[in-house]
Amino acid sequence: MDFAKLKRRLYYWIHQIVNILLRLMWHLLHVTIHLCYFAINIANALESHLISKGLLRRYKSLHISKLQYLAIVIESEDCRTSNVIELLQWLADLGVKHVCLYDMEGILKKSKDFILEKFDGATLFQENDVLLDQPLMTLEFASLSDGKEAVAKAANVLFMKYLKSGSTSSYQGEQIFTESQMGEALKTVGGNGPEPDLLLVYGPARCHLGFPAWRIRYTEIQHMGPLKSMKYGSLIKAIYKFTMVQQNYGK
Amino acid sequence: MERIRERVIQIYGNLVSLLQKCIFCILSVGPIPNHIAFIMDGNRRFTKKCKLMEGAGHKVGFSALMSMLKYCYEFGVRYVTVYAFSIENFKRSPEEVQSLMDLMLKKIEEILRKQSIVNRYGVRVIFSGNLKLLSEPVRLAAERAMLATAKNSKAVLSICVAYTSTNEIMHAVQESCEEKWDEITLLNSSGAGYGLISLGGYEQDEMDHLIKLTDIEKHMYMAAAPDPDIIIRTSGETRLSNFLLWQSANCYLYSPSVLWPEIGFRQFLWAILNFQQIHFYLDKLRKQS
Repeated sequence: MDFAKLKRRLYYWIHQIVNILLRLMWHLLHVTIHLCYFAINIANALESHLISKGLLRRYKSLHISKLQYLAIVIESEDCRTSNVIELLQWLADLGVKHVCLYDMEGILKKSKDFILEKFDGATLFQENDVLLDQPLMTLEFASLSDGKEAVAKAANVLFMKYLKSGSTSSYQGEQIFTESQMGEALKTVGGNGPEPDLLLVYGPARCHLGFPAWRIRYTEIQHMGPLKSMKYGSLIKAIYKFTMVQQNYGK
Repeated sequence: MERIRERVIQIYGNLVSLLQKCIFCILSVGPIPNHIAFIMDGNRRFTKKCKLMEGAGHKVGFSALMSMLKYCYEFGVRYVTVYAFSIENFKRSPEEVQSLMDLMLKKIEEILRKQSIVNRYGVRVIFSGNLKLLSEPVRLAAERAMLATAKNSKAVLSICVAYTSTNEIMHAVQESCEEKWDEITLLNSSGAGYGLISLGGYEQDEMDHLIKLTDIEKHMYMAAAPDPDIIIRTSGETRLSNFLLWQSANCYLYSPSVLWPEIGFRQFLWAILNFQQIHFYLDKLRKQS
């Protein structure tokens, strides 16, 4: 038999075997990680059970006043209104005053009336509302279109304003708009509420899913797992963790 | 005795790098992220924790960055972005800002040397941000570095200096306005003139959509790179601090608890593994939007 041919064959088979081995190892690795996460989830469930029963002392006193504005980001596929209403009830019990509900596709936005009707402890957030202590919780609804598309709309507002101001000189290289003007323009197109202090993500991954970029400069982002397995204890833990954070704002 | 010790250290080093290569081989069976971004947080805390001299933490942080870059490029990540200096950081004491700028200047010159990581992996360096805010020597060095590496095409390193995400959005909006303005004046150059009159040809509806989202996106500082797949922020902090807010809609945010100078292979590995676990979901999101 031709030696070169044999050699080629041999290499081919070695290559195949190595490939299969690598694949096997990769799957093995990921199964191990799945198991790790499974164990972690059980531990977390146990902990949150203890927290909700009030057995862990440090979670008993929450400085909820530090949390001015809370954003809840939910994966669109998991948006079940019954879960959302239960979550809102927990938040109301904890004394959270202002909540923004976000999902990419705007499913929550569409069921706005239904949610407000079923959950009677809330009113709709108005653009000009000041964040004051009031008896009822205010609710805001947002979706993906309030992010980048709103910025494009605001850009048009700014552009029109600039044209109407009658300025005719070319403005190459100069800064003509400021960030606060941009914020104002976003407000006029309805895409700029207050900046949330804390953003809780209910979904498979720690990812803000396109929450309006302009509003999350210093927002703490925490991952809570899927909405259907949400827990009261882990909500308390997340808020507790938030109240412990120190921010320098770049200084 | 000394020679034996050296030999042992060398063998150990070789073993470690062999092991790393094996792990990369296994990992690359799964999806490889295209773009990883780092928020290098915790240099000052590291200085305090280890009772080092002021500024020493940043130097250790720089070598941590070099080893992370090495892992990224060896694993096949094409784009790496680092948050080196934010516009907000100018609020720190003038001495600290100055020492950071000096360090940056020194390091820029270092990475341009022949044997540096940039040349070894064929990396194009881009400085993103409002570079006008930098002092002249630093800005010139940055421009020099961009020019010197412009021809490299294997990988890209974007260094965000004098950057904040809101400033980037602001800048992109302004650039698109300028572009539109030039377009309109050009259209009307033969006709009536400038300003409002020039918009006579547009309907009200059209006027509200003169600037499109794609116009804004192409003027972003980060337009040269695809959206990041992973953003890693060290020190266990969970906010983005005005970094890549626009680009991170479908991005996995990972915040290991180690300080930046302490980051190592373990954290890199964990980030990749987690990314591979949720890759299917993130990919689906990306296709939807």
